[in-house]
Amino acid sequence: MNYALEIENLSKAYPSGVKALEHLSCKVEAGSLFGFIGPDGAGKTTLFRILTTLLLPDEGKVNLLGLDLIHDYKKIRQSLGYMPGQFSLYQDLSVEENLNFFAGVFKTNLADNYHLIEDIYKQIEPFKHRRAGKLSGGMKQKLALSCALIHKPQMLFLDEPTTGVDAVSRKEFWQMLHKLRDGGLTIIVSTPYMDEAALCDQVALIQKGKILSINTPQEIIKSFPLQLFALKSTDNYPLLKVLQAEESVHSVWLFGESLHLSLKGNLSIESFEADINRRFPQLTFEVEEIEAGIEDCFMELMYSHGNRS
Amino acid sequence: MRDFIIKEFKQIFRDYRSMVILFGIPIIQVLLFGFALSLDLNDAHIAVLDRANDEHSKKIIRKLDASSYFIVDTYLQSESEIEALFRKGKVKEVLIFENQFAKKLHNQGHAAVQIIADASDPNTANMTVSYTQAIIANYQQELLTGNTLAMNMKAEPLFFYNPELKSVFMFVPGVITIILLLVSAMMTSISIAREKELGTMEILLVSPIQPFQIILGKVIPYMVLSFINFILILILAFAVFKMPMSGNIPLLMAEALLYILLSLSLGILISTVSNSQQTAMMLSMFALLLPTILLSGFVFPIENMPQILQYLSHIMPSKWFIIIIKDIMLKEAGWREVAFETGILMFETFLFIALSIKKFKIRLA
Repeated sequence: MNYALEIENLSKAYPSGVKALEHLSCKVEAGSLFGFIGPDGAGKTTLFRILTTLLLPDEGKVNLLGLDLIHDYKKIRQSLGYMPGQFSLYQDLSVEENLNFFAGVFKTNLADNYHLIEDIYKQIEPFKHRRAGKLSGGMKQKLALSCALIHKPQMLFLDEPTTGVDAVSRKEFWQMLHKLRDGGLTIIVSTPYMDEAALCDQVALIQKGKILSINTPQEIIKSFPLQLFALKSTDNYPLLKVLQAEESVHSVWLFGESLHLSLKGNLSIESFEADINRRFPQLTFEVEEIEAGIEDCFMELMYSHGNRS
Repeated sequence: MRDFIIKEFKQIFRDYRSMVILFGIPIIQVLLFGFALSLDLNDAHIAVLDRANDEHSKKIIRKLDASSYFIVDTYLQSESEIEALFRKGKVKEVLIFENQFAKKLHNQGHAAVQIIADASDPNTANMTVSYTQAIIANYQQELLTGNTLAMNMKAEPLFFYNPELKSVFMFVPGVITIILLLVSAMMTSISIAREKELGTMEILLVSPIQPFQIILGKVIPYMVLSFINFILILILAFAVFKMPMSGNIPLLMAEALLYILLSLSLGILISTVSNSQQTAMMLSMFALLLPTILLSGFVFPIENMPQILQYLSHIMPSKWFIIIIKDIMLKEAGWREVAFETGILMFETFLFIALSIKKFKIRLA
């Protein structure tokens, strides 16, 4: 197997004593779209800054594109594309000027590499004379992606690229990533949105600086250990309160319009439902067995991990 | 790197605040220092009580009035009016010619003019009196030249390089020094800190661009602008304050470029230790502006300072640059005369550049 990125036992603590990353290891196949999924504060940005040579790890070894992260940082910097979480282009320069500038920094030019970014840049080209600071969130992301791609990187790091972007733009953005991946680019992306995990080839769930699980989204869903039920009710909140207090409930979460429930052991849902109906006649709800989604799996992983530690 | 410089220029010209700091403040400062803080006498109103009303007294009055220092616009009839006149505050000085002024001068060889000054402002009083004395002495001199007899001997002070003791000649070099330092150091440190604050530094670091290229990309635009600034101040000093431009102009420009480079390297040094525009601004203000004003000899004479501050003042690049431009502009010094000071500035420039390249972080933390 050809790995574009191999991380071994990576740790990083900040001077304040906060352990951002603890003994993190993972491998990313060349040409794949790899996602680090985790809540805010999980250590995603720290990890990305280490991988993009911006921070030095306290311990651990990283091999990136066959190069050592620490010693060959100059070579690595030539073949990386990086899009930080914060919008980091020159707000007082126009769209076109930003692109030209970053092309220049990487010793190439817009005309030569136009084909690399054509698909993405076409969408914002009508606004090329507008200042970057005056673009909408989605357009900013497209511009930032164009700037990160202009020098034909072999590996692309995107730190929370879809945070603060509307749903339609998010969808478009992932389509673009798939297209880039299909073109052979290795893409590493982080996101706090669990629904986006299903769009990656491989996913690492990261929490409190540790990786809880690495797998394909399909495998993660398959590995969900319990039966899952969706409960629909006109008034979700009192129902949630009641269920959370029940001994026999393994977990219950509010997912949009319904509650997702799993039970401990081999308890049958019918008897559980009858029991609740008997004791709380004021609550009305419908039960339906469902397939676990990727979000359920992450909730389960985070929940069980939280209980263990 | 060419792209970097172009980008930097665009950013400066688009940010009206940078433009104000770069060009507005220097011009206002020069004008302020030149006019408002001027210690020169200009159009002081004086009154005259001419008891003699003869040839010599009239000539002296005309001479006073004709000078740019005084306006003789009140003629008094008696001494009793003086007090009331001073109380109104408009008149700074009253001249009283004694009876038969011309006659006494011719017959006895001396005659008296009484000068009464409003000393509620002692500085101005002192100055009006000495200027008046000078004009009268000058008149006396003119009388003597027509005469074959040497009648009088007197000591005559002569102020070299700035014969009229114009304080503008002191202020302009000082203002140039402070403005170049402040503008260059503050603008570069802020602009690098801004890249850090807005996250663009992250992308620049991850690119193959070298630290020295980033630094040069910042230095060159500000060097050009600061130099334009310097020329602007010079033109202003020449046109508005009649500062003499007799010295070696190419040498002056070369020294200015050296000093600008030094200020820029200081600015970069500041930016390597500050992560936000605010910190950069504060640091340049307190670490640069105050010591420069206080210790460069621009406002307070270095000779009057406690020994320890005198030692400190030797570190200040501004002190040496003020000496250099004064020497060149007023004393018409050549490069040999300012070689020592130039050497110090060069040494400090190399030191700061070396330090900033060493301190420039190739990573975020």
